[in-house]
Amino acid sequence: MAERERRLTPPRGGVFVPRVQVLSIDDVNRALVRIAHEIVERNHGLDDVVLVGLQTGGVPLAFRIAQVLEEVRGSSVPVGTLDVAFYRDDIGIRPVLPEAVTDIPGDLAGRLVVLVDDVLFTGRTVRAALNALADYGRARAVQLAVMVDRGHRELPVRPDYVGKNIPTRLDEQVDVSLEGVVLGDVLPK
Amino acid sequence: MSSDPAAAVVAAATSPAPPAARGPAGPSPTSGPVGRPETVAPMRHLLSMADLDAAGIAHVLRVTDSLGEVVRRSIPRVPALRGRTVVSLFAEESTRTRLSFETAARRMSADVLTFSAATSSAKKGESLRDTVETIAAMGVDAFVVRHGAAGAPTQVARWVDAHVVNAGDGWHEHPTQALLDCYTIRQFRAEAEGRTVGTEVGTECFEGLRVAVVGDVRHSRVARSLVIALRTLGARATVVCPGTLVPPSLEGWGVDVCHDLDAVLPEVDVVYLLRLQLERGTGSYLPSAREYSAGFGLTARRAARLAPGAMVMHPGPMNRGVEIADEVADMARSLVLRQVANGVAVRMAVLYLLLAGPDAPDAEELGRSLGVVGA
Repeated sequence: MAERERRLTPPRGGVFVPRVQVLSIDDVNRALVRIAHEIVERNHGLDDVVLVGLQTGGVPLAFRIAQVLEEVRGSSVPVGTLDVAFYRDDIGIRPVLPEAVTDIPGDLAGRLVVLVDDVLFTGRTVRAALNALADYGRARAVQLAVMVDRGHRELPVRPDYVGKNIPTRLDEQVDVSLEGVVLGDVLPK
Repeated sequence: MSSDPAAAVVAAATSPAPPAARGPAGPSPTSGPVGRPETVAPMRHLLSMADLDAAGIAHVLRVTDSLGEVVRRSIPRVPALRGRTVVSLFAEESTRTRLSFETAARRMSADVLTFSAATSSAKKGESLRDTVETIAAMGVDAFVVRHGAAGAPTQVARWVDAHVVNAGDGWHEHPTQALLDCYTIRQFRAEAEGRTVGTEVGTECFEGLRVAVVGDVRHSRVARSLVIALRTLGARATVVCPGTLVPPSLEGWGVDVCHDLDAVLPEVDVVYLLRLQLERGTGSYLPSAREYSAGFGLTARRAARLAPGAMVMHPGPMNRGVEIADEVADMARSLVLRQVANGVAVRMAVLYLLLAGPDAPDAEELGRSLGVVGA
């Protein structure tokens, strides 16, 4: 789930105020093209590869990576979307609601799953995503691609493909879209 | 959005980036809350359909979309309600509602305690209040209550701290049935338009939808809840029944009443048949089941006069040959079974929305002390 949505969830919702642009639209595009090539390189091709974008921030990135892979390799890669709301460990602490319907293409048994998300922060979303994926079959391996790794991990999670490492303060907010990456703050309404 | 001062700030701060490529407003998600509607109040209990406004119903249906996907998986279970305990307290017989609620709770990984009046101390004369308080003392998060007396779930909600879901009380209400019927209508209409759930289907399809609720309206808790839900969503409901089965008071229902099924049939989008509640003494309101069937049963001949694409729904169990003819029942069967399947997903959504919220007044404080970043 996009970090932005999490922060803006009531009761402590706020307004995202952008401060500085870290990556431009071209930077994001170049990073996605590089990540696509790294996926091919690391896995010696695209056999069994399935991209799974995390709702909501990872989904457009996953589709863009799939588009690049198709341009580069000429074969299409299945893309799924995953909403991890029902697997989160903060249910009951804050309102956790599904953002969209999960759509996983077929059985994941034996597949190589590349999870795609916008921001890697505490690692809790990825933890939830790994549990969710297990319910769709035993993947041969799971790799993680993120546009921004902002640090502050609370779980032993490490990304395989990173768009950009951005050291941040805990109270900062990173906004990722296909149009760029913006660093800002959340101010109370 | 483009006039937002925050957008101006980022435009100034990011001057090296080519603004033309991004449109006039700079990076598109600049400010403002995103995602879910904030007007939806957290649910404490679900006792009546009147507890939910249009946004609330839409919210339940949207969460049901996500849970419908869970139900269709090969491992249809999520850990969302791990550690919560749900009691199904059924003081009145039921097959589908009880199983549906218990399945729903289990698929959300909640623990389920089953209470049935026939095999409990209620037989020894224990009062409902004592029974409920005894169960509550065991540490229970939600009560799913079915009772023969109208208002029993509301009483239970006063006695205990846990969440209470009305699973049918007397002739009063059966809100989860109305929700699953609404979900089924919405799903059917979306599919008729070639859309599948998940592609942001709202509740627009109810606007101006014409629904005939046919049968034993007087004794039907399903009818009452359904009519409230349909009205909330902007649909037009018509109650079709013999004069003796009109409820004593239709004030506040906001429905048309008609005693001629044949006149109504060609004009409606949905025919909702109610079960003739013979065990509740409906028989004494009618000359005979056959006469009822002749005037108000959906026979094959009548079904042929329905508009193309009209839906035939029934909450079950069906009295074949009474309110619905055998061949029509088989025709409608797929939809009736779909109502049952959707029932599980809808009840998962209701239990989730009741139980997963940070309902403790100090939840925010708790979140902070646990160091939930971004909570």
